[in-house]
Amino acid sequence: MDSGGGKRDAPTSAAKWYDLFSRGARDWLRHDEKIRAAVKDNLPEIIAGADLASEGARTVRVPVRMLEHHHFRLRRADESFGAGQGKAKPGDVFTDPSKEGEGEKGPGGREQGEVQLLLEFKVDDIVDWLWEEMQLPNLKARAGPSDETDWTREGWDRRGARSRLDRRRSFKELVKRRGAPGGTPNFTDEDLRYRQLARRRQPAVHAVVFFMLDVSGSMSDRDRKLAKAFFFWVVQGLRREYRSLETVFVAHTTEAWEFNEPQFFEVSGSGGTVASTGFNKVREIIDARYNPGRSNIYLFYATDGDNSVSDAADARAALATITADACFTGYVEVSSGLPRQLATETGRLFQELQAAGCAAGSYALADFDAVWGAVRHFFAAENEAPAQS
Amino acid sequence: MSGDWQAYVRRIEELAARSGLKFHPVDFEAVPESFMMEIAVYGLPVRMPHWSFGVRYIYQLIQRHMGHSRLFEVVFPGNPGHAYLAQNNGLAENILVTAHVLGHADFSRNNLLFRRCQEQVSERIVEHAANHARQISAAIEAHGAQRVEVALDAALALEQHIDVDQALRRGRYPEYAKDPKVLVDDAFQKRFAALERTAGSAAPEARKRAPVPPHPERDLLWFVANYAPEMESWERDIFLAVREESFYFYPVFATQIMNEGWASYWHARLLREADFIPQQAYVDAIKCHSDVVRPIAAESQVSLSVNPYHLGFSMWEKLIERDGLEAARGIMEQDDDFAFVRNYLTRELAEELGLFRYQARSDGQITVLDHDLGALHEAVLAPKYNFGAPIVSAARVRNDGTLELTHDSRTDGRGLDLERSAKVLTYLQKVWRRPIVLTTVNQAGSALELNAP
Repeated sequence: MDSGGGKRDAPTSAAKWYDLFSRGARDWLRHDEKIRAAVKDNLPEIIAGADLASEGARTVRVPVRMLEHHHFRLRRADESFGAGQGKAKPGDVFTDPSKEGEGEKGPGGREQGEVQLLLEFKVDDIVDWLWEEMQLPNLKARAGPSDETDWTREGWDRRGARSRLDRRRSFKELVKRRGAPGGTPNFTDEDLRYRQLARRRQPAVHAVVFFMLDVSGSMSDRDRKLAKAFFFWVVQGLRREYRSLETVFVAHTTEAWEFNEPQFFEVSGSGGTVASTGFNKVREIIDARYNPGRSNIYLFYATDGDNSVSDAADARAALATITADACFTGYVEVSSGLPRQLATETGRLFQELQAAGCAAGSYALADFDAVWGAVRHFFAAENEAPAQS
Repeated sequence: MSGDWQAYVRRIEELAARSGLKFHPVDFEAVPESFMMEIAVYGLPVRMPHWSFGVRYIYQLIQRHMGHSRLFEVVFPGNPGHAYLAQNNGLAENILVTAHVLGHADFSRNNLLFRRCQEQVSERIVEHAANHARQISAAIEAHGAQRVEVALDAALALEQHIDVDQALRRGRYPEYAKDPKVLVDDAFQKRFAALERTAGSAAPEARKRAPVPPHPERDLLWFVANYAPEMESWERDIFLAVREESFYFYPVFATQIMNEGWASYWHARLLREADFIPQQAYVDAIKCHSDVVRPIAAESQVSLSVNPYHLGFSMWEKLIERDGLEAARGIMEQDDDFAFVRNYLTRELAEELGLFRYQARSDGQITVLDHDLGALHEAVLAPKYNFGAPIVSAARVRNDGTLELTHDSRTDGRGLDLERSAKVLTYLQKVWRRPIVLTTVNQAGSALELNAP
């Protein structure tokens, strides 16, 4: 079979090293690592643009370009010359297929197409990174008495379920009884100790976040998307702090309704804006379902800032009753047009609150890049705000 | 792996030797396609790790999935040479590839550029590269992957910036400037020297330190390795390892048209003359041959690049037909692609092959230009100038260790891509560890400085 002498035979019996190991894959993984690190470094900007699936999104997809290892290259010339081959006469003109969309079958291209990667990140990871990266203060949970009870381990007993047998403790009892270690340990029923459990009340680590959105005619689709992106990250942030986090979604025009999450972001209304209806609705829900002493209440309100002039007094009063019970109230002014620097009806309302020393904050959100600025603003402010009691 | 093919190897070798090919023995090894792909990506069977190879690997994977490229063989020059063949090659393909590989082996043993490179790098580049990879793994153990990657980022970014006219193992510059008086030696100088010296000129001048570098230095990898003010020795080793591999890659790059053409010519000719090959295998092999050397992808009429296999093959065929094998061998031994194309790509052949020169505007419009043979030669060769890289040289090291680089924009015709160049400077600055200044020109042609940091 072999004709070329000993050194030429291709051994087929033993697996070669290259069957077991791919250097290309190893270096690709390293590239992947680098790109993830790069994404992590620019996370707020990248995430702001990413589309977040509305319900239960646990991952975010981020389109990225492959990294390029740079070399010295000449500037791209306006006009360059090349050599080609085929049926072409001087004066023929055609277009370079690598410069246009696919479809037309032109001459073979000159440039390598670019490859885009779609990286998937876990939302939890992202939130962790961001909290590290942005050094957001962790929120202070309000611990209060609660009805919630839980089992805690408490003491030992001579009787109990087999699974709760505490061997170490039992052995100690044995040693105590015999006076000295050594010899064959001989357990009796007297020696055995079982761990005991007892029900104890737990302090409250419960929070409810009200998201209130103005869906009146003046709020565009983009405004709602902005608000949604902001709300999404607020939930992620608060969820880190509270074991149980409830969300309540309220939308209002001249009336107010409660929605579930998917509907909430789809809702669009028309007509005027009466903010007090929304605040009243929130108040109603608090009274009906939550005990301010036991829950940490947050309210975030997103609107374009216009409110019916006649509603000013009502809105102020309604909001005041909420801030009295809430840990924090935040106001986001979404305005895809010119940022108006919060010089609006509703903006003034919240500024008054802040001036009065309540835990409140406001932020003007003009585009997606600013979403992270808004999140940072609120979480930093929340921590500095005087504690409500 | 079919043993059938192995049975033909010796007979093809004998036939090749009888036809006048002079080659070192070649070890053939059939390997899986995945490994073939890696060899193509890295350029060598075992090479240092770097993430940029991972990027190339993915591009290659995508290309393969789109059915664009298929690798039959990769051959490494040396004594013995080493050829890797794809395991899934058929019998006919393997016969063709064997003949092709022998053409390469003949070329790399006799071509001057290859010979010079092998004298310098050694005839065992595959083992050398594997050693470099091992050395870099050791550096990773000792200094951490992060730091090694920083050094490799810089070294590999400069991989084309060597000076092949210099020796691979090259000493440092002379410490002191030469006395210019010694250089001139003619009758006038002798008479002048014989004159009585005046008091002033009699005092021996203090020896002058030579500036570093004494002339603009294009061998950047060598220069950085030798003159970086604060480089660690293992970082220098990485630079020199990359440089050695570049010395190996240069002849492969600079003779691609000749080399592939020569191998294609010989596989076609040996196949014709090999009467021992079964008829069916011969027909299949010829089909495969015409796929390899076809100028244009099947579905298009016009290609905006020139297939080096086809061009080289056609040129050698014409040359041997016209001047005979002896003359062709002489050219093969002495030329590189620049001489080869400029001297032997004639007007008739260019027309016969349908070669044309075109102008591409940045908006993608392409205009076919007049047949101007000289300009066509340069259009074919332009991507090969200076190892395919802009001419950047080290001009001066300032007293504070600042490195001055200059770009020869007059030769290159335009300035550097600023964004990329700035990135390269950032890589390099991390090993040079002092500021770096690069001069080039902007769009308008006036001087421009890039700084790092």
